[in-house]
Amino acid sequence: MLDKDGIARRIAKEVKDGYYVNLGIGIPTLVANYVPDGIDVEFQSENGVLGMGPFPYEGDEDADIINAGKQTITTLPGASFFDSSLSFAMIRGQHVHLTILGAMEVADNGDIANWKIPGKMVKGMGGAMDLVASAENIIVAMMHTNKAGESKLLSACTLPLTGVGCVKKIVTNMAVLEVTDKGFKLLERAPGVSVEEIKNATAGRLVVEGDIPEMIL
Amino acid sequence: MINKRVASVTEALQGVRDGMTFMLGGFGLCGIPENSIAELVRLGVKDLTCISNNAGVDDFGLGLLLHKRQIRKMISSYVGENEEFERQMLNGELEVELTPQGTLAEKCRAAQAGIPAFFTPAGYGTEVAEGKETREFNGKMYVMEEAFRADYAIVKAWKGDEAGNLVFKGTARNFNPCMCGAAAITVAEVEELVPVGELEPDQVHIPGIFVQRIFRGEHYEKRIEQRTVRKR
Repeated sequence: MLDKDGIARRIAKEVKDGYYVNLGIGIPTLVANYVPDGIDVEFQSENGVLGMGPFPYEGDEDADIINAGKQTITTLPGASFFDSSLSFAMIRGQHVHLTILGAMEVADNGDIANWKIPGKMVKGMGGAMDLVASAENIIVAMMHTNKAGESKLLSACTLPLTGVGCVKKIVTNMAVLEVTDKGFKLLERAPGVSVEEIKNATAGRLVVEGDIPEMIL
Repeated sequence: MINKRVASVTEALQGVRDGMTFMLGGFGLCGIPENSIAELVRLGVKDLTCISNNAGVDDFGLGLLLHKRQIRKMISSYVGENEEFERQMLNGELEVELTPQGTLAEKCRAAQAGIPAFFTPAGYGTEVAEGKETREFNGKMYVMEEAFRADYAIVKAWKGDEAGNLVFKGTARNFNPCMCGAAAITVAEVEELVPVGELEPDQVHIPGIFVQRIFRGEHYEKRIEQRTVRKR
């Protein structure tokens, strides 16, 4: 079973040379720490920066330079700032190659829910609806089950949707899965996790074909 | 040069009344018009509709207006940092229209550009699209969204000149440029108000034509929401 950093490490392998990448809040943010050397990528933050760098050194933080999680950041050489409308032109116009975001639920048809629990939690969708409706390549980073132990991979989302039929790939603490016409196709198992355990933790349709390799981290 | 300079925040917000609709720039607490928000609190105007990506935190930014119950309706994309907001919303004391962030920006930009409506894929198939026209273009479904209409757009820039030309800094730019000229009156508050001729025309982010009133903000706290650092 992977921890959050393990999920981020596995997703980092999906990041290719020359990619512009948007990272959501939470586990996706950790992906930046594991991008292999020798690969040139630029991270976009929807509040208006391309070329995000690491957190600033103590004392160097600038209230005017933050990421979408409202954290103080730095920029790398070649970075640029822009307004919100241009930022979403990059996203809607499919100039950003890869979007990595978290989810509360994913359905086996690619639907995703991650912005609202009616009557309980209403924080808003932020840029998530624009991101999932536009990106060609969306990877969801999440735990396989919720805190109550219930599967987050369902046949249909129960929570209000963020987007329909848009998720392509999911990396959880247990597995890597691809969304296909037939449901979640199991691609890889996390170290020490059996196909049986993944089956039990997946409520939506699960396709298991042949031997399922263990993830290489 | 058409001079847009006003002497104070009080003069800049002349004409503000109960029930009006305001656009306010900023992302989180970054690039918010702090001085104008303080003045709206002081004026005590109420029943306001506020279009702003976020709703501030409990004791800063738009949270100050929420605390005094001056806001009737918020149009935002993300309001997760404000407990008072969540409480008022769940109790039905505050009307809230949650809008995808890119749609929010484009509804401002459309108003600025004189475009009454546009189609976006964001929110298709979700409750955001309920009651809205949808249409297929090149095999993909889109939702029609209308431009905002507002009485005042209140933005914050780093530098400005007396002609109303604006320059923003870092990610404090965010929604501010898209809101300029998107309402009947645009008020810009700046950290530095320079004489005309000092800003390089090539470096101006928003031309003064989009701004009606400009003033230098007296005080900027620039509060940081999430101070994240690494050790030297």
